Amino acid sequence: MARKKSSFDMLKIDIKRAMLTSEGKTNLEVTAEIQDNELLCLFGHSGAGKTTLLRILAGLTKPDKGRIMFNDTVWFDSEKKINISPQQRNVGYMFQDYALFPNMTVEKNISFAQKEKNKEDVDKLMELFDLEVLKNQHPAKLSGGQKQRVALARALASKPNVLLLDEPLSALDFDMRLALQHEIRKAHELLNTVTCLVSHDLQEVFHLASSVILIKNGTVINQGKPADVFSNKQEYGI
Amino acid sequence: MINQDFTNTLLLTGRLAGWTTAILFVIGFPIAYLLAYKRFWFKPVLEALISMPLVLPPTVLGFYMLVAYSPQNAFGRFLEQHFNTRLAFSFQGVLIASVLFSLPFMIQPLQNGLTSIPKSFRETAYTLGKSEFTTFIRVLIPNMIPSIITAAAMTFAHCIGEFGVVIMVGGNMPGETRVASIAIYDEVQAMNYQAANQYSFILFIISLLILTLVYSINGKKKIFF
Repeated sequence: MARKKSSFDMLKIDIKRAMLTSEGKTNLEVTAEIQDNELLCLFGHSGAGKTTLLRILAGLTKPDKGRIMFNDTVWFDSEKKINISPQQRNVGYMFQDYALFPNMTVEKNISFAQKEKNKEDVDKLMELFDLEVLKNQHPAKLSGGQKQRVALARALASKPNVLLLDEPLSALDFDMRLALQHEIRKAHELLNTVTCLVSHDLQEVFHLASSVILIKNGTVINQGKPADVFSNKQEYGI
Repeated sequence: MINQDFTNTLLLTGRLAGWTTAILFVIGFPIAYLLAYKRFWFKPVLEALISMPLVLPPTVLGFYMLVAYSPQNAFGRFLEQHFNTRLAFSFQGVLIASVLFSLPFMIQPLQNGLTSIPKSFRETAYTLGKSEFTTFIRVLIPNMIPSIITAAAMTFAHCIGEFGVVIMVGGNMPGETRVASIAIYDEVQAMNYQAANQYSFILFIISLLILTLVYSINGKKKIFF
């Protein structure tokens, strides 16, 4: 069920993009290397540029300048005018609203994501995320936590190179958030590659992330292990 | 008493409305998609042109169509020389004018339907490797069924009531261009109020049924969040 890996995965980012925030115009400037098996958290206040960065990685937003590489493949290079489409990047992107297709059942949502149809894999994913009893339900009848699990299963069904999660737990209550952090870790381990997660919840970062990029008004203030980055909270305005 | 002429006129009216709706269904989707999701410099002009029939007197469009169909002008001459066809005062000529005049009734509901679907649906499909076409067929269309029914129903209902364009381009030729709305006018001119009443009653009922269908569908419209 996990994707086939050919090498040690690495995502290299060096981008710049003009952004309009509540405090006026600013630039999102990020340089980072995300290693294989890393669960990276993009942390910062609302409007800091976390979601924009995630969208840039997915190919949904174009940077003004820079370069993004996944292993030996150039996803974006402003100098060489390369900008490969989201379809070619093979990322699993989970939106804040989960974006489950209302016309499809849980099972169809997951199987739609597959590049080659394989019912066995769909069944395994539904078993892994405890969705078997919901397989014939439509998204409108699911709770927030159930939707999150379906969205995770769907993101994994395409066997993506990189898993991108935009505030996956923000729409849930505290107890549900705790329970579903486990599901995110499970998804990351199953995928066995790079996962980027947007969050502004410190507890979530310490529980899930192996590394963190702290962004403020588009600028990376610090990056590293969560304990190191947040050793002086006041300094970073948290 | 229902005579053959009455039946033929109503069938012709249905045929014109049916063909107009079918043709607009095919050309309406790509145009609505362009207007909903793409950015291009002449988009405001295109939107304005499509909406013109909402504000323009039908006789204006009818007049320009007649001018275009004339063999003295390029389009009409081209048709006559290459296809031996004259569109003025023919069913085909009325059909083309009807398609143009009904554009906003098809395109605006489709465009509204497309823009009401959350952007994240499309973007999710793209990140899952699906092309724009697959996303359109598998994700967008199934989630805008009420808009599609509204567009088709409104176009059909509008065509049934069309008068100005038809009389300008097609005149009043029984079996060819004489649709129900023109027959009503004709019967009133001839002081044949009973026949006018029969046509009017049928148009009234059909329009009422179609609009009731539209409002009942929109009342049950799915809300995503």
